[in-house]
Amino acid sequence: MDPRIRVLVAKPGLDGHDRGAKVIARALRDAGMEVIYTGLRQTPEMIVSAALQEDVQVIGLSILSGAHNAIVPRIMDLLREKGMDDVLVLVGGIIPDEDAAELKKLGVAAVFQPGASLEAIVDFIRSSVKQTA
Amino acid sequence: MKLMAKLPTMSSGTTTAPARKTLSGIPIEPVYTAQDIAGLNVPPPGEFPYMRGIHESMYRGKLWTMRQFSGFATPEETNRRYLYLLSQGQTGLSVAFDLPTLMGYDADHATSAGEVGKCGVSISSLEDMEILFRGIPLADVTVSMTINSPAPVIWAMYLAVAEKQGADWSKLSGTLQNDILKEYIAQKEYIFPPRPSMRLVTDVIEYSTQHVARFNPISISGYHIREAGSTAVQELAFTLRDGMEYVEWAVARGLPVDSFAPRLSFFFNSHNDFFEEIAKFRAARKIWAETMRDRYGAGDERSWKLRTHAQTAGCSLTWQQPYNNIVRTTLQALAAVLGGTQSLHTNSLDEAYALPSEHAVTIALRTQQVIAYESGVAEEPDPLGGSYFVESLTAEMEKQARDYIRRIDEMGGMIPAIERGFPQTEIANASYEYQHAIETGEQKIVGVNAFVEQSEQPIELLQMDASAEADQLEKLARLKSRRDNARVEACLKALRGTAVRQENTMPAILDAVRAYATVGEICDTLREVFGAYTETSVL
Repeated sequence: MDPRIRVLVAKPGLDGHDRGAKVIARALRDAGMEVIYTGLRQTPEMIVSAALQEDVQVIGLSILSGAHNAIVPRIMDLLREKGMDDVLVLVGGIIPDEDAAELKKLGVAAVFQPGASLEAIVDFIRSSVKQTA
Repeated sequence: MKLMAKLPTMSSGTTTAPARKTLSGIPIEPVYTAQDIAGLNVPPPGEFPYMRGIHESMYRGKLWTMRQFSGFATPEETNRRYLYLLSQGQTGLSVAFDLPTLMGYDADHATSAGEVGKCGVSISSLEDMEILFRGIPLADVTVSMTINSPAPVIWAMYLAVAEKQGADWSKLSGTLQNDILKEYIAQKEYIFPPRPSMRLVTDVIEYSTQHVARFNPISISGYHIREAGSTAVQELAFTLRDGMEYVEWAVARGLPVDSFAPRLSFFFNSHNDFFEEIAKFRAARKIWAETMRDRYGAGDERSWKLRTHAQTAGCSLTWQQPYNNIVRTTLQALAAVLGGTQSLHTNSLDEAYALPSEHAVTIALRTQQVIAYESGVAEEPDPLGGSYFVESLTAEMEKQARDYIRRIDEMGGMIPAIERGFPQTEIANASYEYQHAIETGEQKIVGVNAFVEQSEQPIELLQMDASAEADQLEKLARLKSRRDNARVEACLKALRGTAVRQENTMPAILDAVRAYATVGEICDTLREVFGAYTETSVL
């Protein structure tokens, strides 16, 4: 079996600013992970279904538009419904501190705000996936 | 992966000192002298090819327009912000629309949930547009609108509001962004495939030359290309090549080049590397003037002059130590002014967090006012003209940009280049290299990877009315039950006909918005005819 960590990088909502998502996808790939990038404008249903099909251990959501409070809870609900509670969910983007705390209560493993380093994200995924493996 | 393989070879004055380069990777020599500019021809400001500025006296004659981009929540809320900005000495308006509006969806569309009024103002119908400009005489204020795929619809609504105010269309002035190519390249807010989109852009250009002659029907934008991570050279080259594509489509429509070219406008980013940015504006004017005259045969000197808006670099703002953003913005704004911009938006210190608060946006506007009225830089046109360094950098940027333009020409123009992912790939590579340079510390960002502080003081952010979405939904439902729905249907049917028949869609869109057909209904009608575009993602 391929020992590489499998990650789905997803861009939900109507926003098209994909610079962050693409940089993260490449950085994770360069760090030796298997990365699937969904492309733009994915609904929560599409993201969860892609995560299931691709059998990923990690979902990275890039949200810059302020729509995270509408999108992330729906994704967390769908993951629970499908029994995919073990998938590590990360959110990156413009997420205010208060909202980040709320998202973590919903089961989001980490929220990476502007200025977060690629190294920190890679390290977080490596250590978290190892723990759950 | 060899990250640095793509960067130009760097030359250095000594064998020990590290090689220096601009933010975009252009090598910088230890010193520039008269020898470096010996062969360069630098005519004065106001003279072809306008490298030193499009006016002889530049800001002595007229200062740049201070135009802060804004829009959030409901039209009522944004209207209040506009009246405030105008009362504070801002000299033009610039409308930011929310994502549903930018994507051609009404507030009540399923995918709009959670996005209504978040990144801009929510506009679904003419009624919203009437509220947005309540108490603002469109005959007297210039308005810029950042809208692309649904640009004909939003512009029709604007013209309809002007009509209701009794304003003469021939006196309206302002700018419609209407630049779809950079959406495929960078910002990704497209609805239809490239060719029908280009037809809509050309419809607007044609209609404006005939009916709204003082309006800029397009703002050919490098801003978003840069924000997506391009270098300054890529921003310069892709933007100018986009402009050439619009010229070619309008000429193919049968419009004489001098009938529309004087109203083409541009929009560039002003980023961190001070001299490189100044050089970029200067090179842009030179390339455009020479291209319009020599490649497209424009004879009117107004067709040769590149007029531009500038905005400081949103992507340069940091979440860490946010007050430093005021300083970054000041330097970037100064570069745009020294580069000879016609209008300017300065970003607010809190924009890595949220849409700006009134307090933050006031500081941003004051930044421009300090530059304009206190610094003295507005007193002399192109004060850096003749600088060994700036002139050399301008010439180098011109050379590199022309090389990109030639490569895109060889691909058959910008649409084939986009279809093969060329500009997208160049930008993705540049943005990854930039991020890598930040990671390694080669590129220092104060407060992020250098001079870091452990504890951050929270700043006060704009608190948006949480009821905006509900308010917009309720207003839209009321409108749909109140309006003459049979008339709406008839207008949409007529629009479908003009879209299929390859006629200019503007008259039919105007009729539809006057009947209070919504942005979503009109865009859906066009989606049925043109189809929707999905890109192949380039990583």
